[in-house]
Amino acid sequence: MERIPLVDYLVLDDDPHLVAHECTNCGARFFDRRSACASCSGQIFRDVAVERTGTLRTFTIVSFAAEGVQVPFVAGVVDCDGTSVRGNVVNVPPDPERVTLGMKVRLTTVPLGSDAAGVEAVGYGFEPVD
Amino acid sequence: MAENVWILGIHMTEFGKHKDKDTLDLGAEAALGALADAGVTMKDVGVLGAGNLIGNSGFGQLLQKQIGQTGIPVYNVANACATGATALRVAIMAIKAGEVDMGMAVGVEKLSGAGLLTGNARAAEGGHWVRDGRYGAVAPLDGRVGTETMPGVFAQIGMEYGHRYGGADFELFARISEKNHAHSTLNPKAAYQKRMSLEQIMNDVMIAYPNTRPMCSANCDGAAAAVVVSETKLRTLSQEQQRRAVKISASVLTSDPWQEACQVLPDINTLTRQAAATAYEQAGIGPEDLDLVELHDCFATAELVHYDNLQLCEPGGAVDFFRSGAPWRDGRLPVNVSGGLQSKGHPVSATGIANIWEIAQHLRGEAGPRQIEGATVGLAHVIGLGSACGVHVLEKAAA
Repeated sequence: MERIPLVDYLVLDDDPHLVAHECTNCGARFFDRRSACASCSGQIFRDVAVERTGTLRTFTIVSFAAEGVQVPFVAGVVDCDGTSVRGNVVNVPPDPERVTLGMKVRLTTVPLGSDAAGVEAVGYGFEPVD
Repeated sequence: MAENVWILGIHMTEFGKHKDKDTLDLGAEAALGALADAGVTMKDVGVLGAGNLIGNSGFGQLLQKQIGQTGIPVYNVANACATGATALRVAIMAIKAGEVDMGMAVGVEKLSGAGLLTGNARAAEGGHWVRDGRYGAVAPLDGRVGTETMPGVFAQIGMEYGHRYGGADFELFARISEKNHAHSTLNPKAAYQKRMSLEQIMNDVMIAYPNTRPMCSANCDGAAAAVVVSETKLRTLSQEQQRRAVKISASVLTSDPWQEACQVLPDINTLTRQAAATAYEQAGIGPEDLDLVELHDCFATAELVHYDNLQLCEPGGAVDFFRSGAPWRDGRLPVNVSGGLQSKGHPVSATGIANIWEIAQHLRGEAGPRQIEGATVGLAHVIGLGSACGVHVLEKAAA
């Protein structure tokens, strides 16, 4: 089945991973399409693979969201070896007793369904490392 | 050295539901109230800063058409929750630049029943995946790549602080909210004036852990306006006007400087710290000199980090500062004696002037039952996500 990543910065290969645009001048990393560097205004970037494991910097458990968003879910920020990444924390109950700050997590993919042509969209999340 | 600028008149409408008033009615009420408080008319005002995010574009001109079309320049500004402070900054800057000797700023919002701000309702899916936007996303990211809801964003900001320094748990955040709801019982203009117990707060509807509903800012209707004047002009006015005038000892607006992660989770700390440091330097006043603070408690989790950002405590000491009782109205440094955004309410564009109104009431000795006795120096802080941070340090006129 054909697959499409939820976002440009998710690479779906044998080892799914995230790719950041790194400023060649100052090393600042970004996930969106860039005009220039927000840190030093440099205009040259290279794509770098982001470490797939990290620690949970912070989280919240969202119980109330816009229509159509499934709740509750765990939203967080993961420190992937110095690069902060936003994502859901998955494969763990949305319970503050079960999600802990500083816990080790790793990138995983999350299927999001298929469109009319049968193309499956795939997102990402972070799951606890046992 | 640019001229000192003073608040000559200031007014805040009641916050809450105003079913029979539109944004112009509320804006006009605030503006006319501020002019009356100042003892001047629109003919004296040389510049107008106007803020209204949800509703009218060109709000400033529409307001003029209701209260006085005098031909002065109008600046319609938008800076999220810092819009009111930004409008005020426009008037202050015009005076400091020597273009005018008097200006007015007005902020108004109608938000009753607005519900959760942010996050896009998700359209029914179907058709074909199409990449869109600067992330090339084939579907909305809210809920799939973390959260874009304000309660969720600010929850993470508080949780991160708690993790870094320890001691902050669900109960501590709820206790911050308990304080603000208790304070609001003395504020007849607050949208909510009910004391809430810790249990009530913790057992209320969870929005984004650890923020329950009463720990979130209250959407409501309201407006606030201020008339500002140059010191030179003030000295030509009546003794009574001079006695009630409030000195703007510092007026600072910042945006967020780039930090690692700031485009992943908004960094509301760095720009607030920089605004505070600049404000204290401008005013020649330190945090130890403050008698009261109104800070941007859009969520209970936000109030905690701003104790630290505004240097009200030692670095990393926000939890101890709160636990000491300091920010209660009878504590060492009362914070949000108005009830704060959680209880007084948060009509977005009005907030940046309304918190200055609160400080001014105390410095003038006109705050009634909630007066902080002998207050001579106060600080007002707002932050609009995106971000913009406004900090104003205010001083009572010398007797």
